Amino acid sequence: MMLLMIAGMAFVTYVPRMLPFVMFSGKELHPFVKGVLNNVPYAVLGALIFPSIFLIKEGDVLFGVVGAVAAFALAFCGANVIMVVLGAIAILSAYTFLV
Amino acid sequence: MEATYSVKKTSDFRLGLQAGLSIAIGYMPVALTFGLLARTTGLTFAETVLMSLFVYAGAAQYISLSLIAVGTGVMEIVLTTLIVNIRHFLMSASLTERLEEHQLYKKLMTAFGVTDETFSVISTQTGKVRTAFAAGVMVISYGSWVVFSGVGHLMGDIMPGFLQVSMSIALYAMFVGLLVPSMKKSVKVTYLAAVAAAVNSLLIFYTDLSGGWSIVASTLVSSLMVEWVWHMKRRNPRG
Repeated sequence: MMLLMIAGMAFVTYVPRMLPFVMFSGKELHPFVKGVLNNVPYAVLGALIFPSIFLIKEGDVLFGVVGAVAAFALAFCGANVIMVVLGAIAILSAYTFLV
Repeated sequence: MEATYSVKKTSDFRLGLQAGLSIAIGYMPVALTFGLLARTTGLTFAETVLMSLFVYAGAAQYISLSLIAVGTGVMEIVLTTLIVNIRHFLMSASLTERLEEHQLYKKLMTAFGVTDETFSVISTQTGKVRTAFAAGVMVISYGSWVVFSGVGHLMGDIMPGFLQVSMSIALYAMFVGLLVPSMKKSVKVTYLAAVAAAVNSLLIFYTDLSGGWSIVASTLVSSLMVEWVWHMKRRNPRG
């Protein structure tokens, strides 16, 4: 039963990931559609970050706010992705000990 | 020629592994916790690893555990998985614009590795993206997900609590680290992210829409709206 469930989950996860590669690649799309698809990464990032980043610790919005501010501050100062990740973890660990 | 070609290929793959390292770090606590929860839900070690190996979708796997715990049927779990993962359709569609790959088996393999995180890292690269680079990003991310799912099941609560909680920021911090440099370079990026963030927040707090569909809806609304505004500006620069 569990294996059947895993197989079903695998199938419905893979198909949406795979279909566009078969449907669209190699085809010349309308420039407006192209523009929209090129916008997707940045729109997705906005939606992935907000509002979830404020909700990472249940019942403690401030924890999320500190993490978000730390990540944005580090990134704005020009830190690379790994430094932003490790820096935000370090700052939140410090916050946990201090508060 | 042959030799230069293969050298170039390995280095693209290597660059991909490097770029994917932040995902591997971010997946670690999430996968460890998944393994731990799977164990307490009653999945065997093999089932836990198989799920990560074949499904490879964090949110869907977590949701399936909570559904198994309350005794939900297989069909409902599979349907929920589809709904949660439909957002990857949009990401793959966007990736086909960026990745030049004509061999079908490579396309089919690349498609398997599309997650929120690999997509974000690959698609925020500047210029055309080589498939070998994408493969590098995906291999290190997938490896981390599968291995740490298994480790989580075997070892249970191995990480100190404070670090586990602090590390929950990792993937979000990575998204921020990917977004901000592009925001600095382009106003359009800032608008795209801000509109999507606003719409997604409204949907999450004020509607019953699932997280997966909220992301699909807010991404589409933002991408279409901002593109339309930019399109109008080009046609009528003074307006």
